[in-house]
Formats: sequence, C-alpha cells, structure tokens
Amino acid sequence: MEADMILPVLRSLWVLWMMALFTGILFWALRPANRSRFETAAAIPLRDEE
Amino acid sequence: MTAATLSHGGAGAGQSAGQALGTTEIAYHEAVVRHFTLATVFWGIVGFAAGLFIALQLAFPALNLGIEYFGFGRLRPLHTSAVIFAFGGNALFATSLYVVQRTCRAPLFGGEAMGAFLFWGYQIFIVLAATGYVFGITQGKEYAEPEWYVDLWLTVVWVGYLVVYVGTIMRRHEPHIYVANWFFLAMILTVAMLHIVNNLNVPVSLFGAHSYPVFAGVQGAMVQWWYGHNAVGFFLTAGFLGIMYYFVPKQAGRPVYSYRLSIIHFWALIFLYIWAGPHHLHYTSLPDWAQTLGMTFSVMLWMPSWGGMINGIMTLSGAWDKLRTDPVLRFLVTSVAFYGMSTFEGPVMSIKAVNALSHYTDWTIGHVHSGALGWVAFVTFGAVYFLVPTLWKRERLYSLRLVSVHFWISTLGIVLYITAMWISGVMQGLMWRAYDNLGFLQYSFVETVEAMHPFYVIRAMGGLLFLIGALVMAYNLVRTIRGDLRVEQPYTAVRTAVAAAR
Amino acid sequence: MATEKTPLFSHARIERNVILLAVLTLLTVSIGGLVQIIPLFTIESTIERVEGMRPYTPLEQAGRNIYVREGCYNCHSQQVRPFRDEVERYGHYSLAAESMFDRPFQWSSKRTGPDLARVGGKYSNDWHVAHLNEPRALVPESIMPSYAFLNRPLKAADIGEHLKTLRVVGVPYTDEQIANAMKDLEAQANPDSAGAADVAARYPKAVVANFDGNPKVVTEMDALVAYLQMMGTLVDFTRFQPSDLRQ
Repeated sequence: MEADMILPVLRSLWVLWMMALFTGILFWALRPANRSRFETAAAIPLRDEE
Repeated sequence: MTAATLSHGGAGAGQSAGQALGTTEIAYHEAVVRHFTLATVFWGIVGFAAGLFIALQLAFPALNLGIEYFGFGRLRPLHTSAVIFAFGGNALFATSLYVVQRTCRAPLFGGEAMGAFLFWGYQIFIVLAATGYVFGITQGKEYAEPEWYVDLWLTVVWVGYLVVYVGTIMRRHEPHIYVANWFFLAMILTVAMLHIVNNLNVPVSLFGAHSYPVFAGVQGAMVQWWYGHNAVGFFLTAGFLGIMYYFVPKQAGRPVYSYRLSIIHFWALIFLYIWAGPHHLHYTSLPDWAQTLGMTFSVMLWMPSWGGMINGIMTLSGAWDKLRTDPVLRFLVTSVAFYGMSTFEGPVMSIKAVNALSHYTDWTIGHVHSGALGWVAFVTFGAVYFLVPTLWKRERLYSLRLVSVHFWISTLGIVLYITAMWISGVMQGLMWRAYDNLGFLQYSFVETVEAMHPFYVIRAMGGLLFLIGALVMAYNLVRTIRGDLRVEQPYTAVRTAVAAAR
Repeated sequence: MATEKTPLFSHARIERNVILLAVLTLLTVSIGGLVQIIPLFTIESTIERVEGMRPYTPLEQAGRNIYVREGCYNCHSQQVRPFRDEVERYGHYSLAAESMFDRPFQWSSKRTGPDLARVGGKYSNDWHVAHLNEPRALVPESIMPSYAFLNRPLKAADIGEHLKTLRVVGVPYTDEQIANAMKDLEAQANPDSAGAADVAARYPKAVVANFDGNPKVVTEMDALVAYLQMMGTLVDFTRFQPSDLRQ
C-alpha cells in the first residue's frame, strides 16, 4: 500500500524539520543581540499602570 | 459599566516600546472581568463541594441515596466539568481578558456587548452541560461529556472569544505581544481544534439529546485522549501559564526571570504536549507504535515544563523575602512549585513500566489533583486575590491574614489528598498483581476495594479542608468588595522586624 | 517598528504579528494529532482480523446507552491489558476489533470496580439483576451505587432511528435489521415470543432471555443486563491463529 511507503519517509522528514525549527528558535532566543528587546518585552506587565 | 481609565505607555509606530508616557486615556473594559472573577469563585466552591460529595460517596456508598440523579456515575462528570470548565474556564476568561487589555494597552475588542455575550454565553454552556449530566445526557467520554447541542453552543461562544482576543491584540498600542498572550492564544486555538474534532457526533434526532460519535473503538479512544490530554495541556497548562507569566511578575513587582526562556518554553511546550495523549492508553489495544510515541513525547515534555517552572519561581530571585510578607505571592509561587512536581510525576507515570502499575488506580487521581489543586487552583487563587482589589478599586484585600489561613488550610488539604491517593493507588496496583505461594491471585477484586476505604476517608478530609479554604477566600473577597478593611497586624519584612528589635 | 529592519523570517515578526503567531501555533499543534490519528484509519492492520464481531442488537445497544447514561465508565474499564494477572482475573486481553462497533468507546481510565470487558456469561441474569438492585446484598464490601430505579419500562420507541444513525456513522446494520429493530428489541427480552428465533438469526450469539424475570414489560434492567451478558463473548478465541492478532 502506498501510504505505508510514504508515511515513514514523511515521519523522518518532519522530525528533521522540527529539529531545524527548534534550533532556529533557540538561536533566536539566545542571541545576545536580542537581549535588550527581550528586557523591554519582559517589562510590559510592570508598565501597564499609570 | 465603569471603565478604568488609565494613561498608557508609549505607543504607535516609530516609538520604542513604552518609554514616554502617552497622553491618551484607555478605557479598559473591566465589568466583564469582574463578572468572570465572581463566577470563578462561585463555580470553584460548587465544583469543590461536588468533589467532596463524590469523594464521600466512594467512602460511604449509602450517600448515592439510590436516586438516579445522585449516583456517582452522574455526579463525577458534574464535578470534573465544574472544576475544569466552570472554575478553570471562568478563571481563564477573567485573567486572559484582563491581561490582554493591559499588556496590549487597548480596550477589549467588541467592547461591553461582546464581553456580556462571552460571560452569559459561557455561563449558559455550564448550566446546560451540568443539568445534562444530572439527567443522564452525556456523550460518555471523559471531560467531553456535554452532548452535541451544548457542544455547538460552546463552539459559538468560543469563536466569539477568539475574535475578541485576536481583535484586542490587533488594536494594541504595544508593538510586542507579551508572552502571556501567546499562551492564552495557543489555549484558545488548540481547545477549539480539540473540541471540534473530538465532538464530531451525529444526533439521532434534531429534537433529541442523543448522538453517536463518528469515531468508534480504537480510533475513538485515540481521538478522545488526544483531546483529553491536551485539555490538560492547553486548557489547564498553557492557559494557566499565561496567568503565571503575567501575575507572578506583577505580584512580585519584577519582570519574569528570563524572557528568552519563556519563548523557548512556549514553542517546546505546545509542540511536545500535543503528542502525549496515547500515554493514557498504554497496554490497551491501541497499536504499540502510537503508545511508544506518546510515551517518548511525554518524557521529553518534562524539559519545557521544568523550564517554565524555573522561569516562574526564579522571577522571585533576589526577592525571596516577599514570600514571608505576601501570602498572595505565596499562593502563586507554591502553584508553580506544584506545577513542577506534577510535571515531573506525569512523565514518570507515562513510562510504560510505571504505567502498568499506576494505570486504572487512584495514583492517577492523586496525580491529577496535585496538578489541579496545587497548580490550577492555587495560581487562580493568587490571580483572584490580585484582581479583586484592583478591579473594585479597593485599597487592599480585606485581610492578608485570612489569605494566609486559606493558604495553609488548602495546602494541608492537598497534602492529605495526594498522599492518600498515592498510597491507595500503589497499594491497589500491587494487590491486583499479587500472587500467593501456590501461584494463585492473592486478592479478589473486592478485597482491594475494601482496603482502600481508610484512604478514601482521608482523601475526603483533604477535600473538605480545600473547600473550607475556598469559603474563607469567598468571605475575604466579599468583605473586600464591600470595602471593609480588617484591623490586623500587617506583615512586615523580616529585616525591618530584626532592625526594630535592635 | 518602522526604523528597525525586520527580516522576512524572524521571531520578531512572529512576536508582533498575531495572525502569524496564530497560524504557526495551529500548525505546531496539529502535527501531533495528524501523525498519531490518521495512520489509525489508513493502516489496515489497526484492527485485528478476527471473526465473530457483529453490531449490537437493538436491546444491547439500548442497554449500552444506559451504561453510558449512568456513567459506568467512571469506575469500570472495558480493556483487559496483556498482563498475567489481568488475563487470569478477567480473560483474554482485549483486541481492537472487539470495540470496533463501540460508539462511544468505553475503555475508561479507572478501575474503582472490576474490568467488565469480558463480564458476559460469567454471572447469571438473576445475579446481575440482584446485584444492580442492591450491590451490597451480594457483595457486602462493594461501594457501587444501587440501580434499583432501572426496573422501569425502557423508553425505546425510536430505537430504529438510533440504528439508522449508527449506520450513518459507519455501523453496518442491514435494512432488515433496521426495519425489525423494535420487534427484535422486544423479542430478545422474551424467549417465548415468535420473534425470538429471528433475533438469534440476525445477531449471532445474541442472548435471548427474560433478563429481569418480569415478562410483561421490557425494562431498562433487561436492556442493561442484555448488554452486560454479551460483553466480550463475540470473538471465539479458540478459532484464530496468533498471526491474526498482528496490528
């Protein structure tokens, strides 16, 4: 059956794809250049009054 | 309605976030938040009381009264729905609609009218579902018991929720979407998807309550636990993490420990959670590959969960003394600790060898309640204690000492509850598989039932304490809303106390 | 922010665009479901090739609906796991095929009471009726509620509609079975009736009996006991090879 042949390939592919995406997010989140942006963002709840 | 008018921080294109104070006034819609907050407290008490009653039924079966409407089988869904969808759901509506307005510096999309629709629409859903259970109208799937007409109504309300939520975010004056909103948004979207797929039923008649599901047997089981586990993962975890990411920093008066960790936490959590469902079906006739997949992802889920826990708790880093002086913060931080505990226990129980023992026993019930009482309810209590004085413009809560009383009574209740369930669960699991010297099963089933009786009594006592704590909270909140202030010794920081002693 | 350059693919874009955030979230959360659920429909071997499974008789289906209505799944599982103690206590471990007509499935997640997947035929009809009427009369330590209120007439005028709906969602009821639904329902609870033999012919292995001892009316008790007495009895475990069990 065709589905049986395609499914394992698709499964491996999306694992790779997900790993790549996750690495991308890790890279983005940990990049030193983004530090100040994150600090501004983290302060949003504390700025919402007054 | 009385809208809070507050000036807001920097906005608009070309301006960096929130530096200069803006001059525009924002009319936040807070009536809807107040209503949802009151409903949270009300349904919480109803749900805890229902839980206490069915716990007593298990200890003393005469309490089933022989009346069909009071049987355990009909009341247990009433309890689970009351605490998950009524207490938890109202808490999510209250907090998310508050947080989205504040962190976006924008009034609610759809305004007062949409707010009222969401509130009354959701309460109607709760009442329709609850009355259905008592009269035996149920789909017979855990946490998805409401029949097709109730499901359709909830879908309408939920789409309204999504529109209001996304609409508010789109009108924001803050360039960045604060991370709490990501969690709330993921909750709304995913719950919509789960709800629709798991409730694909065909009604027998348009004028009757009964319907039959599209998915049968093994497929039905897989879809149900894909739904069921992610009701936990997105409704009771992602949504309440949204609460954590706003109210813990707010109450502690300092930004979240690591914003970059929160980004990783978000994506890893929503990606991994959705796979974990099959661990509810270990050793069943679900094909093995699906069980293994579910187990693998459940174990991996431990990492983002603890990332989130660390992020929540470490927000207090450098301000640990606040735990001594602020019982509201104590609720919030303890909830995160319970979150850490149950998200460690969960992956352990998803390992097939452990699950072989724990599944079908009270261990599962204990695990659920360490998450539900310790995490979901505690973080909600913390948020409600924050919201009530803010929403009703009171100077402070009626009594912080009573918050502390609530905290200790409830904590004791949880400890009694989960230890009783651990012991009875492990005991029953071991008794089921015990063999005597001659190679026969050592215990009949009913002997294991009999052995659990003392633990059922202890569990009910734990539930009673938790309910009493909630009543103390309700009293405290009512007095707060009336504007009363209890004359009591204020909590003072240890350092100042020590300094004064010198 | 106009002054800052935002590349096409960057997390900053996601953080600021709610629609993008929503779409990516939906994509992320749908993958798991798709990968786990869809193969269960496409891979033929999800359900074992065993003989004997048939749709529920009208009376059994009505009894099953009572089982669901009373929330029996809150305390009783219908899934025997492949462990020595469970197989000795309850019987052969459950097959996926055995719940193929279960709408909804009732595997449950808790055994406050014993597993019921193979309870059929283990006790007499009288035992079940007495036990449902007052569980502690037979099992003093039991904590099960009493279900004496089930001794009331079964409301099943629309049983044909139920079978039709079940056929819509995929249960292979024949036209003949649907047309005779009401007749079969009454006949299964009355062994002396003219239609009793038809029930057994249309639904192999159906237990035809006056379950609750009251021949005058078909009660909810009749329906529930009829369902309990057929549970786990359809597949003949002496008649297939281990290879038939491959999933």
